[in-house]
Amino acid sequence: MDWISWMLPPGASTFARDIDWLYYLILVITGIAFVVVEVGLIWFLVKYRARPGRKAHYTHGNNTAEIIWTTIPAVTVVVIGLLSGGVWNNIRGRESVPADAIPYRVHAQQFEWNVTYPGPDGQFDTPDDFTRRNQLHVPVDRPVVVELTAEEVIHSLGIPAFRVKQDAVPGMRIRVWFQATTPGTYEIGCAELCGLGHYKMRAVVTVHSQAEYDRWLGQQSTIAASQ
Amino acid sequence: MATIAPPVEHAGHPLVDDRSFIRKYIFSTDHKIIGIQFLLMSLLFLLVGGALAMVMRWQLGYPGRPLPGGGVLPETMAPGGVVLPEFYNSLVTMHGTFMVFFAIMPLLVGVFGNYLIPLKIGAPDMAFPRLNMASFWTAVPAGILMVAGFFVEGGHASAGWTGYAPLSADPEYTGVSAGQQLWCLSLIILGLSSILGAVNYISTVINLRAPGMTWFRLPLSIWSLFITAILVLLAMPILSGALIMLLFDQTLGTHFFLPAEGGQPILWQHLFWFFGHPEVYILILPAMGMASDVIANGSRKPIFGYHSMVFAIMSIGFLGWIVWGHHMFQSGMNPTLATSFMISTMLIAVPSAIKVFNWLGTMWGGSIRLHVPMLHATAFVAMFVIGGLSGVFMASTPVDIYIHDTYFIVAHLHYVLFGGSLFAIFAAITFWYPKMFGRMMSERLGKIHFGLTFIFYNMVFFPMHQLGLHGHMRRIYDPSIYDFLKPLGGLNRFITISAFLLFATQILFMINFIGSWFRGRKASNNPWDDTGLEWTTPSPPPHGNWPVTPRVYHRPYEFSSPLVEEDFLPQDRELDTPPARAGSAPGH
Amino acid sequence: MTHAVTEGSVMLPAAEAEQGAGVYNEKLGMWIFLLSEVMFFTALIGSYIILRFSNPAAWPAPGAVLNIPVTAVNTFLLICSSVTMVKAFANAQDGDQRMLRIWLVLTVLIGASFVGIQAFEYNQLIGHGFLPSSGLYGSTFYTMTGFHGFHVTMGVLCMIYVTAKAFRGRYTPDDYRGVEVIGLYWHFVDLVWIILFTIVYLI
Repeated sequence: MDWISWMLPPGASTFARDIDWLYYLILVITGIAFVVVEVGLIWFLVKYRARPGRKAHYTHGNNTAEIIWTTIPAVTVVVIGLLSGGVWNNIRGRESVPADAIPYRVHAQQFEWNVTYPGPDGQFDTPDDFTRRNQLHVPVDRPVVVELTAEEVIHSLGIPAFRVKQDAVPGMRIRVWFQATTPGTYEIGCAELCGLGHYKMRAVVTVHSQAEYDRWLGQQSTIAASQ
Repeated sequence: MATIAPPVEHAGHPLVDDRSFIRKYIFSTDHKIIGIQFLLMSLLFLLVGGALAMVMRWQLGYPGRPLPGGGVLPETMAPGGVVLPEFYNSLVTMHGTFMVFFAIMPLLVGVFGNYLIPLKIGAPDMAFPRLNMASFWTAVPAGILMVAGFFVEGGHASAGWTGYAPLSADPEYTGVSAGQQLWCLSLIILGLSSILGAVNYISTVINLRAPGMTWFRLPLSIWSLFITAILVLLAMPILSGALIMLLFDQTLGTHFFLPAEGGQPILWQHLFWFFGHPEVYILILPAMGMASDVIANGSRKPIFGYHSMVFAIMSIGFLGWIVWGHHMFQSGMNPTLATSFMISTMLIAVPSAIKVFNWLGTMWGGSIRLHVPMLHATAFVAMFVIGGLSGVFMASTPVDIYIHDTYFIVAHLHYVLFGGSLFAIFAAITFWYPKMFGRMMSERLGKIHFGLTFIFYNMVFFPMHQLGLHGHMRRIYDPSIYDFLKPLGGLNRFITISAFLLFATQILFMINFIGSWFRGRKASNNPWDDTGLEWTTPSPPPHGNWPVTPRVYHRPYEFSSPLVEEDFLPQDRELDTPPARAGSAPGH
Repeated sequence: MTHAVTEGSVMLPAAEAEQGAGVYNEKLGMWIFLLSEVMFFTALIGSYIILRFSNPAAWPAPGAVLNIPVTAVNTFLLICSSVTMVKAFANAQDGDQRMLRIWLVLTVLIGASFVGIQAFEYNQLIGHGFLPSSGLYGSTFYTMTGFHGFHVTMGVLCMIYVTAKAFRGRYTPDDYRGVEVIGLYWHFVDLVWIILFTIVYLI
């Protein structure tokens, strides 16, 4: 029953493991807080409703209570922060991009994604490079790094299944990396309002087995060479 | 048992009111009239903002289908009643813009700042009554300009209420030219109105408190309005500066945010959110303060932890300045900088938690009267908790990667702004309506309005968490373009229908508001048996508020005090048992 | 020379009030307003600093485009106008109506000259093709100095108003609030200019 589910859709990248785990941790913690507070609220409303002959309990507060309900939330959020910081560093940190990541260039523009592949030689700006519109092909279980650029306005490369999202900013070259774990096709959407075609700035990422990827790459360069 | 001491002679002023009709009700310098003027204007814009949302929801629930009655809309917006994508983007932009700047902010700050501050501190009016009038009459042209944007060529602004550059900076990218410029100009003018108001509020609270009204005898509504005014004073000018630079990029060929000659799109985001984050605390602090007043009254108990509450308000006000980057985690900003913003954002959860527990502590052991204001104030707490907890998810930078720019954010912001601010506004309106208009609102109609609003509201916004978790992006005209979003069509429809019901329910509030003005039961000075100074003067108060300056002897919220027989002790009631000197007993 | 203010004077905060800031409302209000002005100029100047440090090549050498000598004279004039303002304020406190009026008129004239010379400068620059659209340099120059000029102009208009009231004998040693308050604004505007002159023209 999707409409009440707090589960995340299945992830297909290495990031999904860490991000989803963090999400569920926060879900449990906030879920407990939610139940405690809301049940407490309703219970008080019922138990302490006005009744003839009963006066309210006159008090201005309790310092111990203040200390407890300041410390517990503070410690909790700091812990969540520290755990999150570690995951963040693995995804976005300075040294986070694996050295052997396959390079791609994605240029976002109104309203399409232009993906440039370095071709079989793995180098950009060589004759075997080729560009495809709205199609990203990657091999499974290999890190991939995208150099993300934008033509005119801010777009955002969003691949929900991979837990990937990175704004593409005109005038900047931003690196975003990921490693797909499951072959299949997944959708890419633009995650930053970019004009009237924002809603249909859709692309598809296909995750191939290594063999299939090599075959596909070979085919593409033949096509490119013949043009 | 104490008896009431005979009134002490103070320097007073006779309350003669010989102003003309125009001076009394149109170009008035009376803070109460100005407050009501802001109230009427803001409620109108709340309606406009809601109507815009209904059109948005129609498109999301029934993509590409003609809107019933949509034939009245021009071809440039919805040919044949079918909303165009460019119009949809305008709807999204203008819904946010009207709601934030012309509804919620003026409802909290313009209405209740004006109405409550002088009355609750014992002053005859604001420090600068004419400046106050200027403040309102500056907001009016700002509103007119903002509405005008719908009628210009190219349509209204469509770059989101956040106006990110370069999309907003060059008409070529949206097809919108004059509309986007009017948007900037209107907000610059509104900023001036807000800043003048803030100067007034801050000066008044500092200098015009009645004798005995020490800082720690101020009700929390006033503390929160005071801190909010400081935020307005310091944050709005940043927005003004940013809007000017944006306007110049749009019209004079400057390059602040356009990369062609070295401008930086991210600079806009930094400027906007440096304003924008304090702005959202502007949108919640007064709500929290007024909710405290109502909850203490409804529970017949002092606020639990008054000093902690004041400390929490100040902390939120201060910390609110150092979290802005959490709106920009995915923007391409330096990841280490992002981590520092994550820490500060996690920390700001703490004072909010303190407040929630203190509200619960106030209700604990109380003798709770569930009058209409108390219903709304309780709902405020319950809904704000949901909004606040959902914020923890997005505070975590890695989790934010997934939920940024999805409906999870939309759910969060509506839980704090509607579930939080708007319910608190309903609490405040229903609570202070008798004082403002001298009439009681209908309790029965109020309860029905509350119940239906609460139910439909949750039906609209709770499922948005699910939409977002499924990956549903914000601001998209037709989700069915994406295969992974097609299954959510049913949920979107459910939300749409609930939204229509929610909107329709507000008719009950309008009937109550307007009907009670003419036919409501006449209100006494103090229909809620409250302790605040505003309840010691008639409903509505005369021009000048009191013939004799009040003198304050007690803390706020002295409900169920053992010192008196009634279950409330007004702040200005002198007891003839020699009172401890102010400050000598703990917290007097 | 101390200027004692009698009890119950309008120059003191209201007697029938809890201890506040210790200054009368209008003065408190102006200080608070000036805080908002600080934030406004911070947005503009902060943006300038960020843009300049990211694009140092886009900035020509000081004096290559802008006329430093003329602007230096203009800066000196504005500082003089702060001096005349201080003189006016002292005379308001002393009750010397004649000197008060003279110093106020001088402040107006010098202030107006500043704006006039600035306008002349703009004219020259535009004539030479230096526009707001002339890259980041043009964008930041015109926005910062333009809005400062706008604030000076507003200040001159208010100063004219205060001067007119001074000519009607409105200010006495018991109540010279208007003079003090416009003085505060005027000094602020001068201070902002000194900062702008330094970072926009000299560096």
